[in-house]
Amino acid sequence: MNETMKFGVVVFPGSNCDFDTFHVLQNVMRQETVFLWHKDSDLQNVDCVILPGGFSCGDYLRSGAFARFSPIMAEVQKFAAAGGLVLGICNGFQILLEAGLLPGAMLRNKNLKFICQHVYIKIDNNKTPFSQAGKKNQVLSIPIAHFDGNYYAPPEMLAELERKKQIVFRYCDENGQLTEEANVNGSLHHIAGVVNEQGNVLGMMPHPERASEKILGSADGQVIFQSIIDYLEKKTDSRKKKAGRITRPVVSPLPPHIGNL
Amino acid sequence: MKIRILVSLKPSVLDPQGQAVKNVLHTLGYKSVKDVRQGKFFEIELESLERQEAEKLVPEMANKVLANPIIEKFTWEIIEG
Repeated sequence: MNETMKFGVVVFPGSNCDFDTFHVLQNVMRQETVFLWHKDSDLQNVDCVILPGGFSCGDYLRSGAFARFSPIMAEVQKFAAAGGLVLGICNGFQILLEAGLLPGAMLRNKNLKFICQHVYIKIDNNKTPFSQAGKKNQVLSIPIAHFDGNYYAPPEMLAELERKKQIVFRYCDENGQLTEEANVNGSLHHIAGVVNEQGNVLGMMPHPERASEKILGSADGQVIFQSIIDYLEKKTDSRKKKAGRITRPVVSPLPPHIGNL
Repeated sequence: MKIRILVSLKPSVLDPQGQAVKNVLHTLGYKSVKDVRQGKFFEIELESLERQEAEKLVPEMANKVLANPIIEKFTWEIIEG
C-alpha cells in the first residue's frame, strides 16, 4: 500500500470505544491512525477526526456536556470550519451536539433504559462523505449502546434538516421500513445520524467500529469508513490534478452538494 | 452570595422520566396528579458580587454549561446575600 489517509481518534477520559475505532481503521481499513489526547491542541495533520464512543468526562450533567470544553475541541471546531471531516460516534455524536457542531440534542431513551443491541439503519442520503460508498435506502446492521440517544430537534429545525437532506441514517426494520418498533430509542423522524449543513461533520448513534468485521456478526459499518476513505482519496487526487493545471481557478475542496457556501 | 438555579425540559419537549414518576404516583393511588415534569437543581455559592454582576454571570453560566438551551429552560434566584 502506498499513501493512506491519516485518521485521528480523540481520547477523552472515559472514552471506551477509542481502541476499537483505532483497530478498525488501522488493521481492517489499513489506514494510518493516531490517538489524539483531549488536552492536546495539535491535530497532527490528520485528514479526518473521529470522536469515539464512551462516557467522556463521566457524562456528568449531560452526555458530552463537559467534553466539549476540552482543549482539543477548539482545534476540532477550527478543523471543521475549514471543511475537515469530523465523525462523532455515539458519545462522540453527543459531544458534537453539545458543542453546537451539529443541530439538535439528545434526550433519554423513550423506554428509560440503556439499550445495547443490533439495530437496522438505512441510508437516507448517500451523497455525503460519510455514506457515499453505500446505496440510497441501503439497510445496514450496526449495534447501538446508549442511554441518551433519543434525538430531538425543535419542529423548525427538524423541517430544515429534512429539507436540506441532513438526515443521513434512520432506524428501520430489516426491510428498511420505518416502523415504530424499529425506532427503539424514540428519536424524532427515526434519526440515527445527521450531517451538518456543510456536509463535513457527521454524528451517528450506532457504532460502525463494532460492525466492521464479519466475524463479529456484521461488516456493514465498513460502508462509513470506506466512504470517508474514498472521499478523501478523490479529494487528494483532484488536488494533485489541479496543481498541474495552473490556468484553472482554484476550486473549493468541499464536495459539490455544498452549493450554498 | 448564594443562588439557586432550576433547570427543566421545555414544555414542548417530552419528559419520559417525569412520565415514569407520574405513573408511579398514580400506581400509589395519587390520582389527583395530572402531570410531572422533572429537572435539575443547582445551588451555587458566589463570591460577593453586585446584583448586576450576578444578573449577567448566572444566565451566562446556565446557557453555556448548566442547561442545554435546545431542550431545557432555567430559572434562578438569589437565596442568600
